[in-house]
Amino acid sequence: MATTSRTRKRPESQQATGARRTRPKGRSGTDADTGAELLGHYRQMLLVRRFEERTAQAYTEAKIGGYCHLNLGEEATVVGLMAAVTERDYLFTNYRDHGYALVRGMDPGRVMAELYGRSDGVSRGWGGSMHLFDTEVRQLGGYGIVGGQLPLAAGAGLAISYRGGDEVVLCQMGDGTTNIGAFHESLNLAALWDLPVVFVVVNNQLGMGTTVEMASAEPELSKRAGAYRMESARVDGNDVLAVREAATKAVERARTEQKPYLLETVSGRLRGHSVVDPATYRDPAEVEEVRSQDPVTALHDHLVGTEVADADTLAELDAEIGGIVKAAVEFAENSPSPDPTSLFDHTYATPVPNDSRRLPADPLFPLDPTAGA
Amino acid sequence: MAHISYRQALHDTLRSELQRDENVLLMGEEIGRFEGSYKITAGMLDEFGPKRVRDTPIAEEGFTGAAVGAAMLGLRPVVEIMTINFSLLALDQIMNHAAKIYGMFGGQCSVPMVIRTPGGGGQQLAATHSQNVELFYAFTPGLKVVAPSSPADAKALLLASIRDDDPVLFLENLALYNTKGEVPDTDEPGEIGRAAVTRTGSDITLVGYSRMAHVALQVAERLAADEGIEAEVVDLRSLRPLDRQTVVDSVKKTNCAVVLEDDWLTYGIGAELAASISDGAFDWLDAPVRRVAMAEVPLPYAKPLESAALPSADDVVTVIHQTLDAVGRRSDRVGAR
Amino acid sequence: MVDILMPRLSDTMEEGVVNAWRKQVGDEVKTGDTLVEIETDKAVMEHESYDDGVLAEIVVAEGGTAPIGSPIAKLRTADEPDEPASTPTQQPAGEPAGQPAGQSAARPTPQPARQPVASGSGPERVLSSPLARRDAREHGIDLSTVTGTGPGGRIIRADITRARDEQAPGDAGSPTPQAAVDTTPAAATAGTAPAPAVEDTDEVVPLSSIRRTIARRLTESKQAAPHFYVTKTVDADPLMTMRAELNERLVAAGRSKVSVNDIVVRAAAVVLGEHPDVNSSFTGDAIVRHGRVHVGVAVATESGLVVPVVRDAHGKSLTAIATESRELAGRARDRKLGPDEMTGSTFTVSNLGMYGIDHFTAVINPPEAAILAVGAVRSEPGVRDGQVAVVQRMTMTLSADHRAVDGAQAAEFVRDLTAVLEDPWLAVA
Repeated sequence: MATTSRTRKRPESQQATGARRTRPKGRSGTDADTGAELLGHYRQMLLVRRFEERTAQAYTEAKIGGYCHLNLGEEATVVGLMAAVTERDYLFTNYRDHGYALVRGMDPGRVMAELYGRSDGVSRGWGGSMHLFDTEVRQLGGYGIVGGQLPLAAGAGLAISYRGGDEVVLCQMGDGTTNIGAFHESLNLAALWDLPVVFVVVNNQLGMGTTVEMASAEPELSKRAGAYRMESARVDGNDVLAVREAATKAVERARTEQKPYLLETVSGRLRGHSVVDPATYRDPAEVEEVRSQDPVTALHDHLVGTEVADADTLAELDAEIGGIVKAAVEFAENSPSPDPTSLFDHTYATPVPNDSRRLPADPLFPLDPTAGA
Repeated sequence: MAHISYRQALHDTLRSELQRDENVLLMGEEIGRFEGSYKITAGMLDEFGPKRVRDTPIAEEGFTGAAVGAAMLGLRPVVEIMTINFSLLALDQIMNHAAKIYGMFGGQCSVPMVIRTPGGGGQQLAATHSQNVELFYAFTPGLKVVAPSSPADAKALLLASIRDDDPVLFLENLALYNTKGEVPDTDEPGEIGRAAVTRTGSDITLVGYSRMAHVALQVAERLAADEGIEAEVVDLRSLRPLDRQTVVDSVKKTNCAVVLEDDWLTYGIGAELAASISDGAFDWLDAPVRRVAMAEVPLPYAKPLESAALPSADDVVTVIHQTLDAVGRRSDRVGAR
Repeated sequence: MVDILMPRLSDTMEEGVVNAWRKQVGDEVKTGDTLVEIETDKAVMEHESYDDGVLAEIVVAEGGTAPIGSPIAKLRTADEPDEPASTPTQQPAGEPAGQPAGQSAARPTPQPARQPVASGSGPERVLSSPLARRDAREHGIDLSTVTGTGPGGRIIRADITRARDEQAPGDAGSPTPQAAVDTTPAAATAGTAPAPAVEDTDEVVPLSSIRRTIARRLTESKQAAPHFYVTKTVDADPLMTMRAELNERLVAAGRSKVSVNDIVVRAAAVVLGEHPDVNSSFTGDAIVRHGRVHVGVAVATESGLVVPVVRDAHGKSLTAIATESRELAGRARDRKLGPDEMTGSTFTVSNLGMYGIDHFTAVINPPEAAILAVGAVRSEPGVRDGQVAVVQRMTMTLSADHRAVDGAQAAEFVRDLTAVLEDPWLAVA
């Protein structure tokens, strides 16, 4: 990374959460290993669920400003994708990035502090909800401009390839992004130059209020890969193991063969596009169907049904997660706001003369023409 | 010292930087096999290979953004955008990403990259290929924008730009590529953010950058020889950060100024300079600050129309005369000769 | 109706010139408002109104002269009926002073005295560049009195410079080397002489106040005071060596250099302290030997010679004298000296060395008893230690008033002054 002074050490608490190098043993398996893995995934999905619910609350309390997009309904996709990459791999996402940050290993308190715009936020209060960034976990940004992260991810792949490394870049995007020019340019470059980038389209079937069918002439988005002779797959985004399995295959191909990959996960959006979107444009029956496929509920029932865990154990887990989220909010509440004197700390990495540091009412030159010289 | 062209200075500097630092790579359309639309990168593919001299598809947003991403991981890409007109296709990656990543993520990750691109009109390329939109980048905090006018500055500022940890837009100009000048042999980087007084004089201040700084110098020499007018020339060299102080110090000495710009007048770089001069040298101004800028039309193809729209040396002289008349200085001078 | 009278704004002035009207006919005037700028024999001074009212008539136009106490304008106070105002009734320069107001043939609507005036509602607006405004502010020039030559009549720096020159008509351009000017009141007027024949090619330049005063005061001095002269050539090598050494150190310390004249002033002050017979004045029935040494330093300005005074020069260091002289000379050239800064000197030093003059004699600046005229330091062949060598020399001449000073006293003073100048560390000791 360009800024090299930071350590890469992952927080202790996160070392335990990942089971990333373990290959899934199949969807229906209920042996001990898979059970433990599934429970771990459930724990992470629950963390995303409870964190996002609490975020929505904080937003309505006006603790969080700006735009705020939640991963509610996408927990299986988020956790499945993150289970497929190693800590040495890089992640670029769009603005719907809270869940990725949590599962990738950013401290929940620092993520919430960023949403609160506080100095302990992962982006020091400069980015907010859409722009979570942490070099320590190699999550190189949530990006608010649709498609903006795709060329960057290709470039990160180029840097890896240039140096002969075996890291992989995972680049997440929404379904609407497949129609933007940067999608085409980036996938073409990645294929042309054999870059180790896995492009993941999280198809929640809605770009704000626009359905995939309204926006894409080929609504099976993974088929776009054919234009670049790129391998692709389409999986159920509500099935954490299916996502993990497909993503693992894509990542390993990128790592071992230096070839990009296009993965499409299909899931639903439980809430509006953002916290403030009532989603009145949606058919109630469609919403009901999405709710019936809620991946968190489904995995809960699966775990109980396969006797991996009983309901009480899962309730205890939920309480524990609730405590983590509560602590995150408390941390954010107690984190100081950035000092306005730090306003000009991040304009340039290399200091430069005549760098403007004036505040809106500051004069460019002394008001008294006889002052200074 | 070597007496070489602006083009040669760029070529030699890129080559020496490729040799110096493994992290430096060149990217752009037609820079390798075709050896560059303006031959700045001639011979480099053969010398450094396709990994480091990378021909790109016609995809400005894609490859510029890829350079940003590569820079985030510590490479130092030098992107060539064939002309500044095409940079508009990469505007999102330059303005929304290259310029923002360091600040928006709280200073965690810098973007050490250079975008080289020539501006300029006058080649009968018509409206979409003759623009000077450096203003867009000069307007954007987080970017650095340099616009050298001489071969020596081209070398010094390209060295500085490649070694800088921030994204730098390096503005070249089609009309400058063949101009020649003395270039030091040493690899001493220039200082981004500093203007230079390239000619001293007491009668009037001329401010320019890139081609117009070159024109300013030519006009100043001509006026000195023909009319005894001693113009001071300030070459901005950097558009961001803007070295206002050097400009203002000069105007305090001469009490009047003409700003030369290749872009359109309204909201242009000259407007910023005129406002800055009025801020910093208000009590020293004996006449309004005048601007010489392109006519506000999409630049036409037909030569007479194109010539009429572009600022020429004669246009500059006219405005200088008007300004000197306004301060009652020219008639004295002419009378004294 | 209240008469505005030519004020007395200098202890030596007898008449004044209306330099500029700050208010125009028809303008409302409040007590304390600056009404007019008056050029005295010393400086341009502002004069304020003592009453509220409306300026009804300008009697003496800009450039006109009037004796102290004569009306220069009329002010209609609030309780008086409105009546048509008149335009200036007196021609500018050239008219005898003190004329009563003449009659105006016609009384058109009030109009400002000068161009240009921009259009637009509200108060009249004078177009001027920021630089011109700044210059005008610094030099106390009312922009409404300046004719603009920039585009649309905009006043530009050149116009302010011209206006400053015009404040001293006939004296613009080259400074006039002159031995001395008056600094005290005097009774005599200039003598009469046959008028010169004026041909077409000649230029008749009206006298400025300062020029008028110089003429009168120096005529009086030369007629009343029997001058005699004592000349001495000084070996200037030590002086120049010391100055070079001193200036090197001063520059290194970031301070200003000292001039040869500063050293002469300092030396003269030191020696004058020991020669009260030279530091004296003849009063007609007595000789006043001054206890303090106030040295006048002649300064050529564009409008004439001015002699600002370095007070208590015998008690001031060389560098203090240098700093003060420079500051006074600068303000003298800008015509910003107050009257008290040009009076009270007990001795004057006049130096034409900067013009390369070898030697000259000066007219005594009354009521002083002596003036020292200093020439340039020049290099010439001379004998040093029995060898012919290039030596530096400086010639100075003391003009003394024989009514107060005898030849021997003058000679002793010059001898002692020479001793100090030839061992100049004594001057700084």
